[in-house]
Amino acid sequence: MRATLAIFQKEFKSFFYSPIAYVILALFTALTGVFFYLYLSSFVEASFMDTIRAQQYGMAPQKFNVNLMLIRPYFWNIALISLFTLPTITMRLYSEEKRLGTVELLYTTPITPTQIVLGKFLAGVAFYVVLLIPTMFFQSLLFIYGDPEFLPVLSGYIGLFFLGSAFISVGLFISTTTENQIIAAIGGFGLSLLLWVVGWGANFASSTIKSVLGYISIINHFEDFAQGVVDTSHIAYYLLFCFIGLYFSLKMVESVKWRA
Amino acid sequence: MIDVKGLTRYYGEKRAISDVTFHVNKGEILGLLGPNAAGKTTTMRILTCYMPPTSGSAKVGGYDIFDESLEIRKITGYLPENPPLYTDMTVDDYLTFVSKIKGVEKKRIKSEVDTVVEKASIGDVRDRIIGKLSKGFKQRVGLAQSLINNPQIVILDEPTVGLDPKQIIEIRQLIKNLKGDHTVILSSHILPEIEQTCERVVIINEGKVVAEDTVENLTNRLRGVQRITLLIEGNEDSIKQALQPISDIQKLDFAAKKDDLIREVVVESEKDIRKDLAKAVVNNGLGLLELSTERFTLEEIFLHLTTKEEVA
Repeated sequence: MRATLAIFQKEFKSFFYSPIAYVILALFTALTGVFFYLYLSSFVEASFMDTIRAQQYGMAPQKFNVNLMLIRPYFWNIALISLFTLPTITMRLYSEEKRLGTVELLYTTPITPTQIVLGKFLAGVAFYVVLLIPTMFFQSLLFIYGDPEFLPVLSGYIGLFFLGSAFISVGLFISTTTENQIIAAIGGFGLSLLLWVVGWGANFASSTIKSVLGYISIINHFEDFAQGVVDTSHIAYYLLFCFIGLYFSLKMVESVKWRA
Repeated sequence: MIDVKGLTRYYGEKRAISDVTFHVNKGEILGLLGPNAAGKTTTMRILTCYMPPTSGSAKVGGYDIFDESLEIRKITGYLPENPPLYTDMTVDDYLTFVSKIKGVEKKRIKSEVDTVVEKASIGDVRDRIIGKLSKGFKQRVGLAQSLINNPQIVILDEPTVGLDPKQIIEIRQLIKNLKGDHTVILSSHILPEIEQTCERVVIINEGKVVAEDTVENLTNRLRGVQRITLLIEGNEDSIKQALQPISDIQKLDFAAKKDDLIREVVVESEKDIRKDLAKAVVNNGLGLLELSTERFTLEEIFLHLTTKEEVA
């Protein structure tokens, strides 16, 4: 446990040793900020136009739902930006150790591969949570000036947390396979994207394959969270997903040792 | 303390070491000597449980490298050939991290780091980022890392590479100070280094142990060999014929041709056979132009062992 914590702390700190973390933080905040602004202004415009129309025709104005029209699509948006961002976080997680030769240190000290993989995974997840903080700030503005429902926002973040963890487990696995960070980033992104779009093809397949592909697709399970539904079956999917990703990472870490 | 039996390791088709067997006593400093790519690093990596051998077995501190690797890793400190450093960390952060993964108790970490920093004399650079340090300091940080948690066994892979002469002397002194409390294996391809720091030496060449002895015995054994260079007028066959009756000649070589008539002959022997040689040459009607002797230097003993196995 202490060794896992040591790896976690080292990994989390080392994000901030290099400029990459700051660049990612800045870009992620800027992108999610721009999209938040665009969604917000189109929402304000729509409700404003409706008010004018209502006055002209002497009708009661429609009630616009912030959760439905703004917050839900915004969560989808963050999910998409995360797809592009997370490989840049996971790329160095393990390949850096290989490049520096520090695997030789890790393998010859009394620390187990499980502790190494777990510590690194948790550090990646923690950094993702840090990335999400600015978007929470954006959404809190809605609560100051408007009256959205809180629980769907909470469930959206729970969904993002699980989705992000799944992406990170994929990225970590790819990172254990190579000492080249560029390959780790591209591979991590490619595999994540594949797991995202695999559900799209489902519509053209037979019913069994359709349900299988639909189930595998990483984003299909996010839908309910964005809509404000926390379904344990989706949580189970993401937990299983992370478990498989970490299991493969662990096997890679162990096999590298035996292959040397 | 360390018992190595018949270690063999293949990298794919290539055999890195074969049937390596040696023994290290408690509190002793053992030198692992050999040219580059001889199998020193492979042997050390197996002993530190970085990778398993293809066959053979080894016990480190009484623990088996296959079944009790975790126990071995608890009692060994290892400095690989390239010091395993996180280049974007400070020296203090790095050593603290290593203390944690080596399982040093929380309240002892600070004093542990202080101790190894002092031992490796890197106090001045504690707050510097490792990537910005010179090669010599990086090497010392690596050495400091290997001494964390006061390991019973310290394994150092070419610890003085890249250091300046003053630093080399300091590091050697540091290693000598480990004697007694720690069991040390040290690899090098520099003989004087082994001679100065180690009591016993194992010489590895092309993956095989070619000699295992105390430094003293080893040098004595080979220092006894005398090398005599003769400049003789005559052709190869007649020279061979003339020198054949001298039974004490261990080795006879023809060096590069000077010209058509004069040949340089190099003879090695444990006994003083200069008189016999001169007599044989002259009696056979050949012209003896020059005769000189030399003793082996340490470097040559090393070369001798690693290139001519039959001598060992």
